Amino acid sequence: MSDFSTVDPSTQEPLLQLRASEIAAKAPRVPKRILVLGATSGIAEACCRLWAERGDSLFLVARDPEKLSAVAADMHTRGATYVGSSIANLDDTAAHPELLAHAINSLAGLDIALVALGVLGDQSQAERNFARAAEILHTNFAAPASLLTWLGNYCAQRHSGTLAALSSVAGDRGRKSNYVYGSSKAGLSAFVAGLRNRIDREGVRVMTIKPGPVRTAMTEGMKGSEKFADVNEVAEAIVKAIDEGTDVLYVPGKWRVIMAVIRAIPERIFKKLNL
Amino acid sequence: MATASSAPQPEPAKNASPRFESWGRFPTLDATVLPMRWQGDFPGMIDGVHGGALAVGMGRSYGDVCLLKDGTLLKTTSMNRLLGVDANTGLLTAEAGISLAAILDFAVPRGFFLPVAPGTKYVTLGGAIANDIHGKNHHNAGTFGCHVTQFELVRSDGTRRLCTPTENPDYFGATIGGLGLTGVIRWAQIRLRPIVSRMIDYQGTQFHGIDEFLAINEQSQNVEYTVSWIDANSTGRNFARGIFMRGHHSNVPAPLAKSKLPKLVFPFDAPGFALNSATVGLFNTVFFHKQMKKTVTALQDYEPYFFPLDKVLHWNRMYGKRGLLQFQYAIPWEHAREGTEAVLRAVSKSGLASFLAVLKAFGDVPSPGLMSFPRPGLTLALDFPIKPEKSFALFQRLADMTREFGGRLYPAKDAAMTPSQFRAFYPQWERFARYKDPVLTSAFWERVMGEEAAR
Repeated sequence: MSDFSTVDPSTQEPLLQLRASEIAAKAPRVPKRILVLGATSGIAEACCRLWAERGDSLFLVARDPEKLSAVAADMHTRGATYVGSSIANLDDTAAHPELLAHAINSLAGLDIALVALGVLGDQSQAERNFARAAEILHTNFAAPASLLTWLGNYCAQRHSGTLAALSSVAGDRGRKSNYVYGSSKAGLSAFVAGLRNRIDREGVRVMTIKPGPVRTAMTEGMKGSEKFADVNEVAEAIVKAIDEGTDVLYVPGKWRVIMAVIRAIPERIFKKLNL
Repeated sequence: MATASSAPQPEPAKNASPRFESWGRFPTLDATVLPMRWQGDFPGMIDGVHGGALAVGMGRSYGDVCLLKDGTLLKTTSMNRLLGVDANTGLLTAEAGISLAAILDFAVPRGFFLPVAPGTKYVTLGGAIANDIHGKNHHNAGTFGCHVTQFELVRSDGTRRLCTPTENPDYFGATIGGLGLTGVIRWAQIRLRPIVSRMIDYQGTQFHGIDEFLAINEQSQNVEYTVSWIDANSTGRNFARGIFMRGHHSNVPAPLAKSKLPKLVFPFDAPGFALNSATVGLFNTVFFHKQMKKTVTALQDYEPYFFPLDKVLHWNRMYGKRGLLQFQYAIPWEHAREGTEAVLRAVSKSGLASFLAVLKAFGDVPSPGLMSFPRPGLTLALDFPIKPEKSFALFQRLADMTREFGGRLYPAKDAAMTPSQFRAFYPQWERFARYKDPVLTSAFWERVMGEEAAR
C-alpha cells in the first residue's frame, strides 16, 4: 500500500502518455466493411485493390462467376481481412433485398457500399431500337436506384454508412454522341443528390462519383484512349474521397471545370455542336 | 472542343489505338491491339479475326518477338491479378499479364523477392516465361523458367492444359522460352526467394581486359549476383575495360517498404545525332571513372542495383525515332574468350557507338525451356542507335562471328538474324515447331522461318 503512495505522479504521467500513444500507433486499424456492387468493373476492381491492400473486408457482387472468382482471389491474396462474394444479375431488382441482406450479414455490418454497375451500351443501336435504350437505362439508372433505395433506408435507420454511386460526367449534359448513356447517368446523379438531401441529416454520407474518360479494358483501343485517366489514379482519388465523405467527386478534378464550361454553353449554340 | 468528349464512346477498336512498339522501336509494324483482361477472353476474342494473333505484354523485348504485321496483338497487361501466395514456401500464383514490378510491390513488403530479376521490372510474368529471361544470378539460379512450378496454357482451339515439369512436360518445356507461340498463358506459379532487407551488399571492381574479367569471375562463383559493364568503344590501353559488379541480398534485417513510383520520364525523341561515338565515348569514360578507386563497396537499394534504367521511363527515346538495335550472344566457354575479344574489337573498330554494354558469365543450371537462350559461357549485350547504312552490316558481321564461335543470339533482343542463322543457333527449332499453335505467330517467327512460315 505504502509503495503506491510513494510513486511520484509527475514522473509517472509522461510514461503513461508515451505508452498510450505507442499503443495507438500499433493498434490494428479496424477493417472497413465494404460492399461492392459490380465488382468486376475496371474502376471498382481498382478501388477494391486499394481496400484489400489496407486490410478491409469486402463483399463482391458481379454477374460472371469466372471473373468474380479471379477478382475475389486477387483481393484475398492482397490482404483483405475477409472476402465474400455473390454471383448475381443486378438487373433483377426483385432479388436486391435478399442479396443485400445476405451481403451485409456476411460482412457483419456495413461501412461503405460502392454501387458500380453500369454498361456503356451502343448509342447508335439505342437510337434505332428503344429496347436497347431501355436496357441501358435499366442497368445504369433503375437498378442502381433500387440498390440505393434499400441501402439508403438500411443506413438511415442506423445513422451510419457511406453510399458511393458511380455516375459519369456524361450525365452533366446530353450530347448526341451518347445521350442514352448520358441520360441514364443524369438520372442517377439526380437520384443520388436527392437521396443525399434526404439522409445526409441522418448521418449517412451519400456520394456521387463522376469520372471523366478512364483508361480501362472497356475503353482501351478507343480513339484518344492513351490520353484517358489512369484507372489506378482514379481509384486512389475515389478511395480518398470516400474516406473524407466528399459529396460530389469529379475525377480527374479538371472535369469539374470542363463540365462547368460545357453546362454554361447556351442551348441555342450547344444544339449545333458536334460533341 | 475535343476535350468535351466527356464519356467513353463506342468506337471500332480496330486500328484506332496507337501502334504497339517494341522497346527498340524497330521494326515498326501495324497490328490491331485488343485488350485481354480476363483469362476466359482467349480464344473467343479472336473469333472472326483474320491473320495471326500473339499475346503481348509491356513491349520490353527489343526486336520483333512482340510484334506482328497485320495481325492481332492481345495485350495482357490488364489481366494482372494475384491468385494466391503461400507465405511459408514463397509460391506465388498470378495471371500472366501481371508485371514483375507489381509482383515486387506485393512480395518485398512480405519478405520475398523474384527468383530471377531481369534488367527491367516492367515486363510481364507471361513475357518472362515466353522469353525465359535471365538475370545477374544465372550462374547459380539459372533462368526464370527454372523457378516456374506450373502454368495453364490455352490454345486457339480452346483446349486448356495444366503444364508442370511432370504434367504435359512437353508443352511445359516448349512454352518456356517459346516466344508466346505455343498458346496463351492464363496464369503461372513461381517460387519466390526470401529476403530480410531491400538492400544489396554491392562491390564494384575495375578491370582491364577479358583476362582480368575472367579472373574476377572465377573468384565470384559463390557470389549471388554478378554482372559487368564493359566499355565497348575504347581501344588500345583501355580496350575491354569495365566494372565487375557483384552483389548479394543483405542479411541485416531492414524495413521492407514498397518502392516509390519513378518520376522521371524521358520527354521527347532525341535527334538522331545525339548519340555518336564522341558522346558515347564520353559517357563510357565518365562511367568508368565515376568509380574512382579500384574497388568500391556499398549498401545499395535493390531498385538502382537491378533496375538502374527503370528510373527514367521511356529511356529508349534517347535513341530517337529510328530506335535502337540490340545484339546479345551467348558463346560457350570453349570459344568465349576469343569470341568476346573479337566481337569487342569489331565493335570498337566500327565506330558505331554502344554504351550500356553488359558482359556476364552464364552458369550451367539447365533450363526446362526447349528454346531457352542461355548456355554455359559468356554473354555480351550491346546496343547501337540505328544508322541505316552501317548498323545492319555490323550486326550481320557480329552474328556471323557468333555463329563461328559456336554461340547463339537472343530472340528477345533480335530484329535482324537471318533464317539460316536462327536454324544454326536453335537446331531444335523443328521439334519446337510441333508445339506451335496454328493461329499464334509473331513477326520474329515469320522472319526466321522465311518461306516455311508462308506455307
